Amino acid sequence: MALSPEVLAEMYRRMLRIRLFEESAQALKTEGVIPGSIHLSIGQEAEIVGACMAVERRDYMLGNHRSHGHPIGKGAALAPLMAELLGRRTGVNQGKGGSMHLADFSVGSLGESSIVGSGIPVAAGAALAAQLRGEDRVCLCFFGDGASNEGMFHEGLNLAAIWHLPVIYLCENNGYGATTSAREVVAVTDIADRAAGYGIPGEIVDGQDVVAVHEVVTRAVERARRGEGPTLVEAKTYRYDNHAFGLHIENYRTTEEREQWLRRDPIPLLRDRLVADGVLSDDAAKTVEDEARAEVAAAVDFARTSPFPEPAEAFDHLFTVPLPARTAG
Amino acid sequence: MRTISYREAVRQAMLEEMRRDPNVVVFCEDARFWTMPTHGFVDEFGPDRVPVMPISEEGFTGAAIGAAMTGVRPIVDYTIANLMYVAWDQIVNHAAKNRYLFGGQASVPIVFRAAMKYANATAAQHSDRPYPQLMNVPGLKIVVPSNPADALGLLKSAIRDDDPVVYFEPLLLWGAKGEVPDGEHLVPIGQAAITRPGRDVTVVAIGDAVPTALKAAGALAKDGTEVEVIDPRTLVPLDKTTILESVARTGRLVIADPAHKTCGAAAEISAIVAEEGFGSLRAPIVRVVTPDVHPPFSPALERLMYPTPQRIADAVRTVLGAPSAVKDLVS
Ligand SMILES: Cc1ncc(C[n+]2csc(CCOP(=O)(O)OP(=O)(O)O)c2C)c(N)n1
Ligand SMILES: [Mg+2]
Repeated sequence: MALSPEVLAEMYRRMLRIRLFEESAQALKTEGVIPGSIHLSIGQEAEIVGACMAVERRDYMLGNHRSHGHPIGKGAALAPLMAELLGRRTGVNQGKGGSMHLADFSVGSLGESSIVGSGIPVAAGAALAAQLRGEDRVCLCFFGDGASNEGMFHEGLNLAAIWHLPVIYLCENNGYGATTSAREVVAVTDIADRAAGYGIPGEIVDGQDVVAVHEVVTRAVERARRGEGPTLVEAKTYRYDNHAFGLHIENYRTTEEREQWLRRDPIPLLRDRLVADGVLSDDAAKTVEDEARAEVAAAVDFARTSPFPEPAEAFDHLFTVPLPARTAG
Repeated sequence: MRTISYREAVRQAMLEEMRRDPNVVVFCEDARFWTMPTHGFVDEFGPDRVPVMPISEEGFTGAAIGAAMTGVRPIVDYTIANLMYVAWDQIVNHAAKNRYLFGGQASVPIVFRAAMKYANATAAQHSDRPYPQLMNVPGLKIVVPSNPADALGLLKSAIRDDDPVVYFEPLLLWGAKGEVPDGEHLVPIGQAAITRPGRDVTVVAIGDAVPTALKAAGALAKDGTEVEVIDPRTLVPLDKTTILESVARTGRLVIADPAHKTCGAAAEISAIVAEEGFGSLRAPIVRVVTPDVHPPFSPALERLMYPTPQRIADAVRTVLGAPSAVKDLVS
């Protein structure tokens, strides 16, 4: 089914938001105003947005340490995300989580996690809750090629399969887990092949092509909503930055490989296609770009001018009803 | 009042809460097996609420967390406390932290049930009492009921609690019978009980050390020593007021706990009393605990490990000034 011009334009908008958000994060990290480490999604925008736009706002989503793109793709407001990166009280996690743990429950984002693979069974649980409560919600779970070697991958996919849970497991295969090539540590060429071990469909998709990802994930979502259970989707993609920004170890990848992937940068790829197909005029594309740039600039302003939390706030949110005895000592 | 076993109290607590709230579910391996407190639950509640469970402790713990953040209230039964270690990441890094990490956007209302199989010749991999390890993790509540009434009332409160609660059951006590009030019986999390009042020495006892301490207290009473036995019931949050007030009356403290000595619950209680009740102490605190060694398989060795009425009585005599009454059996 052909996507409407509105949906295609929205895909372009969300991909740009991610790219520009990440570029601002690079600048802010370089400036020294972002504490801790950040893992950027530059290069992976198409698989994120293609998958997120195949689900609804009410649907759940979980992610990992490469965390900024997922909530943006799911439609989260940018300002609280940026404020969280800067450790501000106005951050989406009120300064408790930082880059690697962004969560925006208002758009179904149940949290990114810095423990590789840990979201995979949690996603099964969110889907189980929807199934038990008779709610029409699916759960989209992002994780990397590296995470597919964790025990959680096996246990989570098996649970989702035996319980026929409405989960879409989206493996963002960017070829590497930190500095380790998937070719060296994954025993199969395609991670999607592992789906066979759970009796569920495994699909491979070009992760640089947002429309292709959207199509494959839409199929998986339809299957999930029909009660037919989970699907494993493997999006072949690439991250253009280091594993974590500023971690200048690049000798595990070749320049040729990087250049080859840069030729398939998902953002110009989509823009050229939309303009060529007459979906967006060059002017309309520029308008989307200007708007996205303004949104990100406003988010940066908001973050910079937001206050830091007060020391006493360190004790908030540990328990639903605070335990004063423990916070005193 | 009715008289039921500890195991039956656990079963009834789950039954009552599952009947009351359709969001309560049970994750348990072999839940249909006749030895399980969940025996018969599938028939009443169906496989949706008592799903058939693969041997996937880390996986189903993660699934419980995802479900708990989205409206379900799982009871996760590890059947043997040591099996929790397989799920440690999900318990410690996720269940305990998600609410905090996400700035209060989600609660994680799960009860983790852990039956502790020590003193049962199952050797080191099946005999741990892991509550001190989890006392070191902010974000978890920890209860260790020592009798059927508390087992019932605390489990019901734990299931209703909006935060993760780890519920430790000394398997030794599963068969112990006791009186349970009729009707709705809830025991608040965070309240200690004065199980036996006495003016001379405070004995804080945990889990199956409570009935052991009561035996010691009975024997000591014959010699005219009145021991006050306090059962904290909840280790996090700890009702330190009840303990400090008792020590203020008696001036003497013995702590009996079947867990290891180093950084244990007894160590924490000792530290609190030393910090906040030092002025009332008339003698050094004595801990009757398990030495820092793994539970050995052979009953000839294992029975030396845990608090006995004799060891507790000796400790009481020591804090009352009897010279070197404490014979540390193994260290
Ligand atoms: C359980 C665990 N092991 C190791 C790490 C350290 N670590 C953080 S990210 C990462 C690489 C993950 O690779 P992948 O899953 O492919 O995701 P990507 O970074 O490529 O997006 C590693 C090893 C961790 N955070 N958690
Ligand atoms: Mg990777």
